[in-house]
Amino acid sequence: MATKTNGEIIKDGLWHNNPALVQVLGLCPLLAVTSTVVNAIGLGIATLLVLIGSNLSVSVIRNFVSESVRLPAFVMIIASFVTCAELLMQAFTYELYEILGIFIPLIVTNCAILGRADAFASKNPPLPAILDGAMMGLGFLAVLVVLGGMRELLGQGTLFADMHLLLGPMAADWVVRPFDQYPDMLFMVLPPGAFVGLGLLIALKNGIDNYLSERRKAAEPVAATAGSKRVRVTGNIS
Amino acid sequence: MALVQQSSPHAHNARPTSRVMLWVILAALPGLLAQTLFFGWGNLINVVWCIALALAAEAAILKLRSKPVAFFLKDNTAAVTGLLLGLSLPQFAPWWVSGIAVITAIVVAKQLYGGLGSNPFNPAMVGYALVLISFPVAMTTNWAQAATLWGGAPGFGETLSSIFSASQTTVDGWTMATPLDEYKHKIASHTAAEVLQHPTFGEQIAAGWEWVNLAFLAGGLLLIGLRIITWHIPVAFLAGIALMSLAFGSNPDQYAPLQLHLLAGGTMLGAFFIATDPVSAATSHQGKLIYGAGIGVLIYLIRSWGNYPDAVAFSVLLMNFAVPFIDHYTPPRTYGHHKPRRGLPGRNGG
Repeated sequence: MATKTNGEIIKDGLWHNNPALVQVLGLCPLLAVTSTVVNAIGLGIATLLVLIGSNLSVSVIRNFVSESVRLPAFVMIIASFVTCAELLMQAFTYELYEILGIFIPLIVTNCAILGRADAFASKNPPLPAILDGAMMGLGFLAVLVVLGGMRELLGQGTLFADMHLLLGPMAADWVVRPFDQYPDMLFMVLPPGAFVGLGLLIALKNGIDNYLSERRKAAEPVAATAGSKRVRVTGNIS
Repeated sequence: MALVQQSSPHAHNARPTSRVMLWVILAALPGLLAQTLFFGWGNLINVVWCIALALAAEAAILKLRSKPVAFFLKDNTAAVTGLLLGLSLPQFAPWWVSGIAVITAIVVAKQLYGGLGSNPFNPAMVGYALVLISFPVAMTTNWAQAATLWGGAPGFGETLSSIFSASQTTVDGWTMATPLDEYKHKIASHTAAEVLQHPTFGEQIAAGWEWVNLAFLAGGLLLIGLRIITWHIPVAFLAGIALMSLAFGSNPDQYAPLQLHLLAGGTMLGAFFIATDPVSAATSHQGKLIYGAGIGVLIYLIRSWGNYPDAVAFSVLLMNFAVPFIDHYTPPRTYGHHKPRRGLPGRNGG
């Protein structure tokens, strides 16, 4: 496997190979908990920490675990880190832990984590593996937060509500209410709103990519084809 | 009657979509007239607002997709989507509820799937279902009382201002639970005779609603007479409801009686105008029968045992899901072949 430069790892994790928008992995937590920004950040950070830890550990043991038992070993490692994350959340952000409920232990089953362990960490040295875990986790976190903000704003008409659950009393009055008397739009609060929202985000990402690649194509000099002749066609291509 | 002269047996010319859609709009006018007579100006205002917004949304999204705007606007399909939403939404639904429904229908359900002919779901019903799920309060408390029950019916200006005002406080005196809603929620603790005391049921079956439904029935029969729709979907649709009601709902102290199922709520509008959408319905005649009957059965199931008092939108959408499956198993006989591999022999020559 050709080694990737750090820049490529960063770009892949955040954009080109984003776990949520391109690989479309980890949909269960993505769709279930993104009803508010604070839920999204809470789960996103937990996933980020697990991803960094598991990538590092998998990379360290990559030469000692045989091919045939690697998946059980990876799952054990991931499960240990998820348990750590769960206990940490229980200790420091108990209310958020209660709200997220089953979706914290379910981070174990997030395919994005196992996917990175198998596809990247088990073939690369520790430092690139940590960077990859961090960037993939950040990419996932970013999508969670954008989706959470979108659903919170459209669903309940607020933004950053209940941030004190995560950041303590100083964040209690961060909540923004852009509209007076906003009628709750239940569709966006319920899971179907998450599906539609994620679809729109994927469409937006593809749209941006198309726009960029077309602009790059347009910016390239076309001199090479200006005077050339096509086979079996007379005349020049204009 | 001038309308009938150019009708079916000798009309073998392919009618353009715009003409078909124009006939659909014309055939819905009796129903709209009945709604205006019995429930006030609300539906008319909703229809005008929804059609205007549907055309604007269609034009905007067509421009965004770099499609010819005028060409597609002239086919009248966006206007029909707006019309159907205006006819089916509550009379005093606030402007933003109908607005969200229309924009969802045109932009998401129709154009994001590829525009006319490519949408797997009935656009108007996607919009309706979205606002029904999202705003349950606005979608259940804004149904007008029948005009016969009003002391003083709200005039055009009052209706307009209540639809387009920010607060919804003024409408309370003009609204009432729909007959299906009332029956569904009271019958658990009352006898049928007690439930029917409520003024929303009127003197015959359901005050105002019966005439609205009969007017849509008349419009629908006109469409069948003009061969714009075939009889299969509406007949199977109504038969599905009727058979379910006869089989399970014979006790009026437990379930709404058959006449209420047929002549209250959106039954006739759904049977003749919504379920018959040529894009999202099944294709062959046999398939149409299955599709229509499925909708009728689902409507009865949801109305009787589900959470919602009326269920045309959900039932149509659920059967839209099933259309590819139905079409796969009901191929019509191709010309030159003897009979279809499956299905009724000789009955569906396509």
